[in-house]
Amino acid sequence: MKLLVLGNEAIAQGAIDAGISGVYAYPGTPSTEITQYIQKSKIAKERAIHTDWSANEKTATEAALGMSYAGKRALVCMKHVGLNVASDAFMNMAISGVNGGLVLIIADDPSMHSSQNEQDSRFYGKFALVPILEPCNQQEAYDLTRFAFDLSEKYDLPVILRMVTRLSHSRSIIETQESRGENNLTIPKYANNFKLIPAYAKDQYIRLVAKQNDLLADSETSPYNQFIDAKDYSIGIITTGIAYNYVMENFEDKPCPYPILKLSQYPVPKQKIKKLYQSCDTILVLEEGYPIIEERLKDYFDIDTKVKGRLSGDVPRTGELNPNIVGKALGLTDDTTYKIPNIVTGRPPELCVGCAHRDLFDSINTLIPEIGEKHVFGDIGCYALGSLPPFNTINTLIDMGASIPMAKGASDAGLFPTIAVIGDSTFTHSGMTGLLDAVNENSPITVIISDNSAVAMTGAQDSAALGRLVAICKGIGVPEEHLVVINPLHKNHDINVDIIRKELFYKGISVIIAQRACVQIPKLQKDKIKETILARTQN
Amino acid sequence: MKTNIILAGVGGQGILSIAAILDTAALQQNLYVKQSEVHGMSQRGGAVESHVRISDKPIFSDLIPSGKADLIIALEPMELLRYLPFLKKDGWLVTDSNPFENIANYPDLENVLKEIKTHKNHKIIDALNIAKNIGNSKAANMVLLGAAISILPLSKDVILNAIKTLFDKKGERIIDLNTEAFLKGTNTNLNQ
Repeated sequence: MKLLVLGNEAIAQGAIDAGISGVYAYPGTPSTEITQYIQKSKIAKERAIHTDWSANEKTATEAALGMSYAGKRALVCMKHVGLNVASDAFMNMAISGVNGGLVLIIADDPSMHSSQNEQDSRFYGKFALVPILEPCNQQEAYDLTRFAFDLSEKYDLPVILRMVTRLSHSRSIIETQESRGENNLTIPKYANNFKLIPAYAKDQYIRLVAKQNDLLADSETSPYNQFIDAKDYSIGIITTGIAYNYVMENFEDKPCPYPILKLSQYPVPKQKIKKLYQSCDTILVLEEGYPIIEERLKDYFDIDTKVKGRLSGDVPRTGELNPNIVGKALGLTDDTTYKIPNIVTGRPPELCVGCAHRDLFDSINTLIPEIGEKHVFGDIGCYALGSLPPFNTINTLIDMGASIPMAKGASDAGLFPTIAVIGDSTFTHSGMTGLLDAVNENSPITVIISDNSAVAMTGAQDSAALGRLVAICKGIGVPEEHLVVINPLHKNHDINVDIIRKELFYKGISVIIAQRACVQIPKLQKDKIKETILARTQN
Repeated sequence: MKTNIILAGVGGQGILSIAAILDTAALQQNLYVKQSEVHGMSQRGGAVESHVRISDKPIFSDLIPSGKADLIIALEPMELLRYLPFLKKDGWLVTDSNPFENIANYPDLENVLKEIKTHKNHKIIDALNIAKNIGNSKAANMVLLGAAISILPLSKDVILNAIKTLFDKKGERIIDLNTEAFLKGTNTNLNQ
């Protein structure tokens, strides 16, 4: 069947057709659409594939491992920085191995379109000693997803499929294969594998290391690691993932005059690279992300100048590739004729009209003269836009949940008062443990949970925090008299300022829940949210 | 035959609907298509773009190289200028004349329009008002798509079909509105 899909949707369809029994994920650009596609898929509904969002990437990865333990195939999806959160589970599942196929889709964001860094997830694959696949187009994304499950079951290992923003969010036509059935429920043959006490873990690690030769041999003969010969051996090109497209684009409808080693499967096929290296005058390494392959080929002291790429300066060290950057590295001229006129000004993203975060920031900003500049710690979500004009309320954005422990640490250092602003979903993702630390020490900080009843930034997905915030905060030990719910509306501005002021200057832990639903949530979803809140608060 | 189109505007103006119609129409006409789009943070009132590539041969890059776009369709005149480096020499510019002023330092509109007019092949249309007059200013995107019809490698019928497919779930009224907006756009011929 022919389908017109995003790269992310190609993966989702590939996973359904590969016979998954569950997808586990926390939303994060550019990975979100994979899970959403499966949630909306008819076949997925008929087969009752698990599709609910997880509280964070770590719980998602662990639940997927549980499903794999029970013999079934599980897909885990996250953005690159999500793997930092899930890395404890990920690194150790490489040691334990898997039972049913387990594939992690990690969507990297080179050029940081929607992220705080451009870390390259291929490092994690090498770190954990597991195979990585990196598709170059939508069709490969579809094909490699099933191949990833096969590889995972062949080696009893988790497999990373690495995506990048451009492929995740680009649409094209794919041809699908016949869908296959799910695995049966089976207990692992060697259940000791999953008991990572040192006695067993040592054996498992030896087994993992022993698999490396076979993984490498697979890479050497993989149909996805293709050598495309040509006449001109002055340059040998190594491409990974979508970099191949940018090379081909530069020669339009003609064949590339230089030999290309097009790589989509790791570990890096040593023999193939060696052959290219020995036969060509120079080697141009084109990889999206970090110069991982280039660094391995290049000599440490830069005596050998044969290898070109991001480290040599032939390709910019940071940011994503594009056809023009690659063309320049190939020594081609580009056809750019016009410049951006000087009158064009930037148009950064902004909070929506009517957004509750706006009213919250207005209230906090009214208090800045009393509390002093730069006492507000921020977190990840739409409200990060509060770090920009016209608000300039938020002063930090580091990682999911960092606002609360950072406010506490600054308070430990003597800064008073300190405020943490965190969203509802970010709070249940990674904020709760930080709050527990602050409660245990009765730190004089104020945590403001800006609760808009959704994971708004990524498109208003279900928030795990829905209807549970008051109960969670009470359960963690926030004293009831310092746990306040406010409605951040313009007409409540003065009352809200008074409430926030009172809690700010209280010398102990306090939590303010600023509660008003995201204005982008459609009416139908709002009704469902109300029902969920009612059901959860009544219990 | 390859046609490279940049769609430009501000998050929420309806760029992705134009893109989806072009994709669907290309698929119906058995052409190859690649179309990249912006998701996530930039969608919140920021500058957004989509690259649409349609060809009778396989397409490699998801991104259009600079200097290779045959056409830029913009829902907002300053956003048109932002993507000029992508335009091929004497490529076409089609834009709504109405500025979207959600920033304090929006340049003088006259200067923006003057800059556009320095290009030989341009079409500045009051698409917003054309759409408003037929019932909903949100259909301005379809007016602009219609205005660009002679540059597109797609037939009018296949686009009309794609409009039907895309808005199917939203009901007859929305299909009719978008169809009419598109047809109104086709009446403002580029070559006049």
